[in-house]
Amino acid sequence: MSPEDVRKELSEWLDANWDPNRPLIEWRNILVDGGWAAASWPEDSYGRGFDVRQMAVVNDVFSEKGIVGAAQAGPRRLAAETILAHGNTDQKKRFLRPILTGEHAWTQLFSEPGSGSDLAGASTKAELIDGKWIVNGQKVWNTSAHHADWGILVARTDWDLPKHQGLSYFLINLKQSGVEVRPLKQMNGHASFNEVFMTDAEVAAEDMLGTEGEGWAIATTTLSIERQGFARGRNQRSPREAKEGSIYVEFAEELAIANEPYSWYPQREGRPDLVMKRAMDTGAINDPVVRQEMAKLMSMSRAAQLAAKSAAAIRKAGSNEVVPAGSIGKLGASVIARQSAHVHTMISGADAMLSGSDSAEAGVIAETLVSVPAISIAGGTDEIQKNIISERVLGMPKEQRMDTGPFRDIKRN
Amino acid sequence: MTEYTQDQETFRDVVARFLQAKSTPADVRRLMDTDEGFDRAVWQQLCREVGLAGTHIPEEYGGFGFGPVELGIAAEEMGRYLYCSPFLSSSVMAGYAILNGASEANRQKLLPEIASGSTIATLVLDSVNAPEQVGRQLRATGNELDGAAPIVTDAHVADLLIVVAEGKEGLDLFSIASDADGVAIHAQDALDTTRKLSRVVLSGAVADKIGHLSEAGLEKTWNQISVALAHEMIGGAQQLFDSTLEYTKVRVQFGRPIGSFQALKHRCADLLLALEWAKAVTHHAAFCLCAGEEPETASMAKAMASDVYMEAARAAVQLRGGIGFTWEEDTHLWYKRAKASEVFMGSPHMHRERLLSQIEEAS
Ligand SMILES: Cc1cc2nc3c(=O)[nH]c(=O)nc-3n(C[C@H](O)[C@H](O)[C@H](O)COP(=O)(O)OP(=O)(O)OC[C@H]3O[C@@H](n4cnc5c(N)ncnc54)[C@H](O)[C@@H]3O)c2cc1C
Repeated sequence: MSPEDVRKELSEWLDANWDPNRPLIEWRNILVDGGWAAASWPEDSYGRGFDVRQMAVVNDVFSEKGIVGAAQAGPRRLAAETILAHGNTDQKKRFLRPILTGEHAWTQLFSEPGSGSDLAGASTKAELIDGKWIVNGQKVWNTSAHHADWGILVARTDWDLPKHQGLSYFLINLKQSGVEVRPLKQMNGHASFNEVFMTDAEVAAEDMLGTEGEGWAIATTTLSIERQGFARGRNQRSPREAKEGSIYVEFAEELAIANEPYSWYPQREGRPDLVMKRAMDTGAINDPVVRQEMAKLMSMSRAAQLAAKSAAAIRKAGSNEVVPAGSIGKLGASVIARQSAHVHTMISGADAMLSGSDSAEAGVIAETLVSVPAISIAGGTDEIQKNIISERVLGMPKEQRMDTGPFRDIKRN
Repeated sequence: MTEYTQDQETFRDVVARFLQAKSTPADVRRLMDTDEGFDRAVWQQLCREVGLAGTHIPEEYGGFGFGPVELGIAAEEMGRYLYCSPFLSSSVMAGYAILNGASEANRQKLLPEIASGSTIATLVLDSVNAPEQVGRQLRATGNELDGAAPIVTDAHVADLLIVVAEGKEGLDLFSIASDADGVAIHAQDALDTTRKLSRVVLSGAVADKIGHLSEAGLEKTWNQISVALAHEMIGGAQQLFDSTLEYTKVRVQFGRPIGSFQALKHRCADLLLALEWAKAVTHHAAFCLCAGEEPETASMAKAMASDVYMEAARAAVQLRGGIGFTWEEDTHLWYKRAKASEVFMGSPHMHRERLLSQIEEAS
């Protein structure tokens, strides 16, 4: 279908179906049935198999007309894309529609207290007992788990195999008595994450994704989707400008809940965008030492943008060389965030001792100073990025492994 | 390395043992959530039993008669245990300002109570950024004070404010009760809640003029405070370093302690180098204050201690991974103290500029 045809068909369809006063879920069900909720997905999974160019038109039309699309906010996209890639027909049928309509929120259950950098070292246990998987263990850093209905879970099903081979991937219902979700407060005062405790929690046999032992391979899919999100920035959409219609109210409420855990994310990037304003407001712009540091920061930011752009161009040209760009970009974000926090500290001087709404930029600067440490940890630490760059990108000799052989014999916390 | 005497080592042990028992992370967390921010009973006990508030105050004013070296030892241990108290504000800041600027009669009058800890004082400076900015906002007309000081430590619990204000002939030193007419003390939200901050506003407040602070007197006071603060900071940095090092030995990922990864070893080794240097300069700076030599070491110490404290704080979070970013873990308490101390009484870049000017002048 040519882009023009896509535009024509979609516009006509919307003219016939869009009504901003319909209940949100009802509208999204119509959207799913019409094949417009996730048009890039295959036809057997509510989509139309559209390519990048066709999707660009779809997105344009939606935003031109202010149409509310399928639910996307929060970690549900990770679940959806993974199920799409690895689910069987029954699973796609059962799980994808309520994700698209927004009826089900999801969370990612990968990291554990004992296994963070070493994600494949997960020791949450799943055992098949009387035709059901019984899960015991603890997960951590689970964004939005406190209002999630379902989770994508990696758990160990075989302790005698090497660590990557003994993992399986499950879709677990969180609304059950064996699952306890506790909020986790961070050093910046926000509680965006949770700890999830599973005690004899149950997963139906048909809710394993892929086959037993395929957990790591499937998790890799989820992680690469997550990394793309990282590279693209947050995949959240902020509420549209106020428009007439009850559906916008419902949509704004959904986004407010889903986006809340991310409210401080710009701060962890160091807020380089506020540097010039702050320097002018305070007069620090006249300090030659501050100027030098500001200039360094701005050069770094610009360089990172340009490098990302040329990496994107290479990707578009069909090359598979995405690894260096990803890890270098992530490492660069840490360097920039630290430099930016350094510059903000210099600009503020003793005022950096203050926080709260009366302090600089209504507390945003103070929040930045205590949020930047996250950027070099979340989504894979700087050290891990450097290992990836040196070993996989540069081909330097690999570190000797000490975690081979049966998982039960590997040293753990 | 600086050599401490047996007595000085004993003094360190006494202070350290006291704080280890009375300033645990649980105590710090409890106190940082209160308005007062410190435990009066513990503070009084420390003053009574160890005489801490008068460490560096001469005996003729009721103090212990120790010098900046012992003061540094005490401050270093307080930094290590993140001890919440008005020590820095009252004994160090107000105490030194009075010693350097007040008349003999006023020293006799004010210092004994500060030395015993029965009076809590704080120094009201209208700039805690740089000495040359002091006096731009607080003005004295006779005995009447007007203006605001945006960042004052522990004013909310102080009985007495020692105010530096611009008079007819430069900076004068005043004392005024914190509850006097014309004095308003507004609590400020602090990044580091283990050290409470206020904004002090004076509107026609009638104070006692207790002396004059010459430019040299202010510089000297600034140096003395900076050196004490630098000690506090290297104590904090050492604590972060020790606990982080320990963590790398016990935390296992990929079937091995994370401390077995060379990246972490090298980071710890680099940090040790920076820490040993900052300690060497800071300890030396205290001796220089006693001997009246190398005044630039005060700024050198403050700048190096600031940098290493932040470096240690960053490593302490990073090497713990996600857990280091949580509220539950104690690291952030020191992290915030490091950030606040970095910019209190002059940021590292101010101090580097200052030390270079001092060396330039001397040569
Ligand atoms: C703000 C924030 C958001 C997060 N969001 C999520 C989320 O949404 N989903 C999720 O699953 N997780 C999330 N995490 C968890 C995050 O992915 C982990 O914290 C991170 O991967 C590190 O794991 P860890 O905390 O167990 O630290 P560890 O793995 O124990 O690391 C401790 C230290 O050892 C170093 N280290 C470990 N292995 C090596 C090595 N091979 N070589 C050199 N150094 C090494 C690390 O770099 C680190 O400095 C989040 C964390 C934070 C702080």
